Amino acid sequence: MAPRPYYSERGDHIDSTAPVTVSRYRGFTRANHWLTALCLIVLALSGLALFDPSLYFLTGLFGGGQTTRWLHPIVGVVLFLSFMLLFFKLWRLNMPKPEDTTWVSKIGDVVKGNEDALPELGKYNPGQKFVFWAMTGLIVVLIVTGVLIWQQVVGHMVSIPVRRVAVLLHAISAVLILLVFILHVYAAVWTRGTLRAMTRGTVTGGWAWRHHRKWLREIASRDNKGPAE
Amino acid sequence: MKDIATAPTTAASNPPVQPTEAYYNAGDIVRISATRNVPAPERQLTKLAKLIDVSKCIGCKACQSACIEWNQTHPDVEENVGVYENPHDLTPNMFTLMRFSEWVNPETDDLEWLIRKDGCMHCEDPGCLTACPAPGAIVQYSNGIVDFVQENCIGCGYCLTGCPFNIPRISQVDHKSYKCTLCSDRIAVGQGPACAKACPTQAIVFGTKDDMKAHAAERIEDLKSRGYENAGLYDPAGVGGTHVMYVLHHADKPQIYNDLEEDPRISPIVEGWKGVTKTAGLAVIGLAAIGATLHGLFARGNEVEEHDEQAADTLVKGRDPDDGPHHGGQV
Repeated sequence: MAPRPYYSERGDHIDSTAPVTVSRYRGFTRANHWLTALCLIVLALSGLALFDPSLYFLTGLFGGGQTTRWLHPIVGVVLFLSFMLLFFKLWRLNMPKPEDTTWVSKIGDVVKGNEDALPELGKYNPGQKFVFWAMTGLIVVLIVTGVLIWQQVVGHMVSIPVRRVAVLLHAISAVLILLVFILHVYAAVWTRGTLRAMTRGTVTGGWAWRHHRKWLREIASRDNKGPAE
Repeated sequence: MKDIATAPTTAASNPPVQPTEAYYNAGDIVRISATRNVPAPERQLTKLAKLIDVSKCIGCKACQSACIEWNQTHPDVEENVGVYENPHDLTPNMFTLMRFSEWVNPETDDLEWLIRKDGCMHCEDPGCLTACPAPGAIVQYSNGIVDFVQENCIGCGYCLTGCPFNIPRISQVDHKSYKCTLCSDRIAVGQGPACAKACPTQAIVFGTKDDMKAHAAERIEDLKSRGYENAGLYDPAGVGGTHVMYVLHHADKPQIYNDLEEDPRISPIVEGWKGVTKTAGLAVIGLAAIGATLHGLFARGNEVEEHDEQAADTLVKGRDPDDGPHHGGQV
């Protein structure tokens, strides 16, 4: 078996050559991603409803306050499990690499879209890695603190001082994860050609060359070794 | 036509023979959970209070029985585990509980049996109401009563998180929160609370807050004359005073009465959560969402260019685009 690729997943491959498209995420990962996304949106709406009275009307989306109260933690558990699957699939290529430091130091060029000035990158840039690790950390804090304040399940077993800290951390983490979520969606839209990676599963060769050149090189060299089409 | 009841000034009186209308109603509400800008009531009701004289309590639990009877609750029959508390704790069906403690007074070496009737203190500044996310689930009337409105309750348990006294209990049957109502339904028709009515030693008395403070002062003077130098009134200022007060023979040590809070107040953590976290959090999320949307709509995106596609095409065909001449279109 070939050695583990350094910048790509084994499944990433050239999908077509004229024009060039590259397979970035297969169906299971995409379904996994969208389930997580759906859960996060439901959690945001139901959580915000209980966060501030001005947003309490959002409980109407779920059939009232009582339903919102029991639904929110259950969806939270589904998100946690769904994200765990995603985590174990994605964590390896989200580990920091030496070129990340250079990329971060040239953040001005990143914002200007001046990609020629940036180092060549693998499957993920440091911004994407930040989103990944921030989501991971915040989801862990949210599930732990969320279970501690899950009245229906933990009832009166958790002491009140612990509940108070948990509810505060839960609220702060929720605010932060929504900011990360906004950053994630914004970056996916601003970097044109990215969304199709999570819809169709492929990106254009140009997109891969422009944003994740080491990733593309590794895949291209791997695919070139095989029998010609 | 029914007469309107008058505000009760004691729990000792018997009910009138004729039915009467409630003397206060929703128009007398001063605070509503998860609701901003509650209109100020047209009148201010006389502040009421229940006074529990711990030094007179004999631990008979008549107050508990009266509470169960009036509120038609059905506490579970539990196991006797060798303690006097029955049931073991406040429950959604037991709004008040005699808590017993055996305390050896280090000065006299006497064993003192301290019995405190636990239950909602009806804080002037209620932590439960501050924490509650459901509009209208908790209300406070201008006479000081803090009442739960179960039809608006969502069962989240935040009231318990906010309460400085660990009082509300959430039912695992209907997922709603319950606590002492101060018999708001009795008071509205001129009757004192059921527990006060039932108390055989008048350890529990009820009336206007001013009357109760005056009565407490007499009791404290009496206790001091009997050698309880530190007798005093428990009406903690940290929560703006309470509408259930205690006369304690050792008011300098409230914690000996089954951990009665020495200086109760709404936890700074709860205030931080309901205050700055909420305000700043919503502002930041709102700004980020609006900013990202506007920028996303009007700013130029990071577009893949034609020479990127050509470079990829060259690479996939097995050559390195960087080896060729560097201007786009030539590779």
